Amino acid sequence: MAVTADLPTFQPGAREAHPIARLVRRRLAIGVLTLFLVSVVVFVATEVLPGNAAYAILGRNASPVRVRALETTLHLNRGLFAQYWVWISGLFDGRLGNSLLNGQPVWNLVEPRLVNSAVLVLVTGVIGSLLGMALGALAAVRKDGWFDHIMSLVVLAATSLPEFVVAIGLIILFATDIWHLLPGVSLLPPGTYAWSQPQLLVLPVATLVIVIVPYTMRMMRAAMVEALESDYVEMARLKGVPEWRVVLVHALPNAIAPTIQVIGLGFLYLAGGIVIVENVFNFPGIGQGLVYAVDGRDIPVIQLIVVVLAAFYVVMNILTDVIALMATPRRRIAR
Amino acid sequence: MSEPEVRGAAQREVRLKVTGLEVRLGRSGPDVVGDVSFAVPAGQVLGLVGESGSGKTTVALALLGHTRRGLRITAGQVLLDGTDLLALSPRDLRAARGARVSYVPQDPSSALNPTLRVGTQIREVLRVHPGAAGDAGDRVAEVMREAYLDPTPEMLRRYPHQLSGGQQQRITLAMAFACRPSLIVLDEPTTGLDVSTQRHVLDTVRSLCRSYGVAAVYVSHDLAVVSGLVSEVAVMYAGRVVEIGPVARLFGEPVHPYTRGLIGAVPSPERAEALAGIDGQQPRPGRRGAGCSFAARCDHATGDCTTEAPEPVTVAGRSVRCLRAREIQATHPERVPAVAGKPAAPAAPALSVRGVTASYGSTPVLSGVGLEVPPRACVAVVGESGSGKTTLARCVAGLHGNWTGEITFQGAPLARGARQRDKDVLRRVQYIFQNPYTSLNPRKTVGQIIDQQLKQFTGLSRRDRSARAAGVLEDVSLGQDLLSCYPDQLSGGERQRVAIARALVVQPELLICDEVTSSLDVSVQAIIVELLRRIQRERHLAMIFITHNLALVRSIAQSAVVLRRGAVAESGPVGQILEHPADPYTRRLMQDVPKLTRSETRFETHGPPSPRSA
Repeated sequence: MAVTADLPTFQPGAREAHPIARLVRRRLAIGVLTLFLVSVVVFVATEVLPGNAAYAILGRNASPVRVRALETTLHLNRGLFAQYWVWISGLFDGRLGNSLLNGQPVWNLVEPRLVNSAVLVLVTGVIGSLLGMALGALAAVRKDGWFDHIMSLVVLAATSLPEFVVAIGLIILFATDIWHLLPGVSLLPPGTYAWSQPQLLVLPVATLVIVIVPYTMRMMRAAMVEALESDYVEMARLKGVPEWRVVLVHALPNAIAPTIQVIGLGFLYLAGGIVIVENVFNFPGIGQGLVYAVDGRDIPVIQLIVVVLAAFYVVMNILTDVIALMATPRRRIAR
Repeated sequence: MSEPEVRGAAQREVRLKVTGLEVRLGRSGPDVVGDVSFAVPAGQVLGLVGESGSGKTTVALALLGHTRRGLRITAGQVLLDGTDLLALSPRDLRAARGARVSYVPQDPSSALNPTLRVGTQIREVLRVHPGAAGDAGDRVAEVMREAYLDPTPEMLRRYPHQLSGGQQQRITLAMAFACRPSLIVLDEPTTGLDVSTQRHVLDTVRSLCRSYGVAAVYVSHDLAVVSGLVSEVAVMYAGRVVEIGPVARLFGEPVHPYTRGLIGAVPSPERAEALAGIDGQQPRPGRRGAGCSFAARCDHATGDCTTEAPEPVTVAGRSVRCLRAREIQATHPERVPAVAGKPAAPAAPALSVRGVTASYGSTPVLSGVGLEVPPRACVAVVGESGSGKTTLARCVAGLHGNWTGEITFQGAPLARGARQRDKDVLRRVQYIFQNPYTSLNPRKTVGQIIDQQLKQFTGLSRRDRSARAAGVLEDVSLGQDLLSCYPDQLSGGERQRVAIARALVVQPELLICDEVTSSLDVSVQAIIVELLRRIQRERHLAMIFITHNLALVRSIAQSAVVLRRGAVAESGPVGQILEHPADPYTRRLMQDVPKLTRSETRFETHGPPSPRSA
């Protein structure tokens, strides 16, 4: 009997480009376009909208001579396109200009803040994602148990509180008379970085973690519940696979791919969420820097920070898609 | 299988013995299955057959001590080599699953983990059961060869989606046999596979069970598949085994009216017979009443049947759960030969397809396909999945616009897409979809679904429309009370009848039936096929009947077209194609079609009677 299967086999065969390479290339192209549009919008919003920057800086009663002089240094006397070109080419070759407030190079002002915020976002993102995934997975495994019910209550409460309320709540609890364990403000001497005094990071990180964990957790729980009810999990159990292995090896990898999208969104949210939290805690990051710069009409600083944030969005989106793709063999590898 | 062989089997060592198995909804809810008992000797396969909802999968899973959510095993024993699997501690049960008793799932594409390489998944069984089958590395290669897979590193490194359906099912077979279990439970493992692949898989199962003395329980709704594979059959209905015995006897001389009904409903590729379905529906758990669950659908039922639950009795070498088993055994079921459709008189064809080439994107699907449907005739289009049958139908209906060639309907060429066709052409060509669970709008009542069609294609007044709707429901044997029902209140067979009614109500001239019975149970399939056949005759319709089931072709069509990889392999009158296939591909398809082994039995000697007569 000719039992040997003459079934069609699927060869990876002649594939043009690796799906990941293709995705990155396409997204980078779109990302560059996005950044260009953002730069135009930022430029237009800060330079062209009402009021002359020179007047804004010097005040209404400034003498025309001084205004003219300042306009020349700021290139305000040149055409719109020329102004944009001066600014955008500066972004590429490091001529970022000086602060309008204190005349220092913009980069020197922004760089330490950038590093501090990056530390804050990264620490929060990593802790929040891991915690959210762990709690979500646990709630799914114990579906309809007491842990699951308590978690869904806690999550509901956490999502309904704005971050400044969470921040103030934490300050009252841990930085005042109740338990005076931690500093209520995160003041850093200029020129130092956040990791030199880790205790200053605790409350801002805790606030942001409380804000982002619920989203990751809910997604993880839903994805995990679906995976645990799937045919392949039933099959694994019927193969005699121990339950811990069913959860970790069979269900978890399938639940991670959809959760990664939410984690990516969490990071993007953090990039905006830090503005409020940094202000509450007086944490010297770019969020606070942005608020100061807007207050003082320090246009070069505003422009740089906004472009940096936009670049972060673009990079983060690409990264999320790449990781999600890598976690899904069905999409990563052609038949 | 001959008598002495069966007796020889009974003397062999009994591997699996199930007694009084009962599974309930919750701890004290209604029973889903109850009083299920059977035994399987080493090397033998028991077939567990029944329609959807009969409880066969529930029994299959209970053999591994497993139930789906909400169910609970409340009584019975599953003795495997003398140990009761249901009495084991969770730890011991886990150790037994995969090692001593293993499971082959219905749908390998969802039962294999999409994020793990197939090699990892096979190796895992050996890894979690150390010592079950010697050295794991060697065993993986060995068991893959046993399942007719190439144990190359490339194969092991693939993910499930990189394999064909047949290969995926072989992977699950390899996992099931990896630890050399005593018992294998196969839950409809060939549903969704092509006949050729199905035959390969069945051959693999048979040879593995024989060579390793494994007992197997093979769950299937397809009697023909089971008849070639198993030595004993248990027929399940509404959670009970209604008839159990050696396969040849049971299929040759069925006693229980339900078994008779099922067998009468199975189409034969060898003879043109009228198919007799079983009207009505299987009662759900909790609604089974006091008496025999089949009484409401049974032609033999008496008053006692509705009040007294039947106990199994031994009749003619098998056990039957029927109060009137002995009386019924004395009667013989009848089969009515289908009136052979007259070959179409030479006339201009109603539909003619010439040189149609179609593709999806850049993937070619059809190349130069031609066929003709004479007026008042039914043409079957057969072929394996991927052969382009549905694409051809969609081109004709205008649902797929990316084709070249010529399609003429009643002498006039058809435009490519439905949007370019005028309303009257659209009305005259009607399409019935494969899956009645998705082809009816769940938010509309049956009345609205039919009325919408009438509003679209006719200018009739409201009163005329409702008269037409009432009439068409009668034509498809549905009651008027269904007009206000939503599709989810209907059974699969009723839904498909609504879909047929929707097509018929606008008085089409060409009906395209795309695998319209493939998602239905065999008893319902028979009803739908007979319905379509009657309507096609009465209304003088031209019809295209697409199917992968060659056996069905006999019952409905006058001529057939065999498609292979998007091209016509063979076409001609049905008798010629089924009896003297010229093309090797058709011949192979015919060989691979599982046939119900009943030819040597009383059916032939007693001529063509009917299963519905008492």
